[in-house]
Amino acid sequence: MGKPIRITLKQANDMMGGLALQDFLVVSTSMFFIGIFGFLTRRNLITILMSVELILNSVNINFVAFNYFLHPEAMHGIFFAIFVIAVAAAEAAVAIAIIINIYRRFKSINIENVSEMKY
Amino acid sequence: MEIAASKVIFYIIAAAILFFALLSVTSKRILRAATYLFIVLISTAALYFLLNYQFLGAVQIALYAGGIVVMIIFSILLTSHAGQKFEPVSRLKFFASLLAVLVGWALSLWVILSHPFVASSKEAVEVNMDSIGKALLSYDRNGYVLVFEVISILLLAAMIGAIVISKKQPGDGETNPDNSKTSK
Repeated sequence: MGKPIRITLKQANDMMGGLALQDFLVVSTSMFFIGIFGFLTRRNLITILMSVELILNSVNINFVAFNYFLHPEAMHGIFFAIFVIAVAAAEAAVAIAIIINIYRRFKSINIENVSEMKY
Repeated sequence: MEIAASKVIFYIIAAAILFFALLSVTSKRILRAATYLFIVLISTAALYFLLNYQFLGAVQIALYAGGIVVMIIFSILLTSHAGQKFEPVSRLKFFASLLAVLVGWALSLWVILSHPFVASSKEAVEVNMDSIGKALLSYDRNGYVLVFEVISILLLAAMIGAIVISKKQPGDGETNPDNSKTSK
């Protein structure tokens, strides 16, 4: 009666309607490279920051999917996702403070105009 | 019946994530890009709810969608004109980035799809507020109290740093007289 419920990977897959780890990894990989693409092509500092948020988010999906499918007995993936979210919040706050300071100084947040420290 | 439903829901969420992520990095208007990013983050929270991680989904909505996106929208309103459009990127840069991204994407997908992931046969723990709170504050083998404290110090440092950086410096007006006139 007091037997705990055992869920193996196969049962977890059945529960998820045949969804596998790879499905989640494909989504997060695509999202990661979409973020990289935005990071490479954007010129505005805020849109670059948004691309970085996409990248961090895709990494979170990876952590959570690994936790769910490969290590259901532990919660390490969940905690890593929570800490990544906390670090992302701190990073966004500092980055936006820097962007606002740059805007005050240069009247623009395009990366071509902010080249004072380049040489 | 239910088995098919969760798969269908997953594909809807995945399609929404990829579609709006793509729009978010290619949109010409910055406020629309922020809105698309918002939809992507909400869809990610839906993915967490689908996996039965309610706490993580709630954190995702509260912190990402509620905190970071609002902060990004505020900074957009402070630094750019509404309805301002970006110039298109140069053709060479666009295709070079596309090539690099496609190569990396294909390589990663090849590795993921060819790697046999080892199935786990362990018991699944129940993830709820109680177990998460206990693990965050415990200092035994699976405890996270050290990381918790480090994160709290990081957040404090980031908060002080953000305030100091974005504060108006008194010397600003002297180095750039135009700046102080227009800002008043």
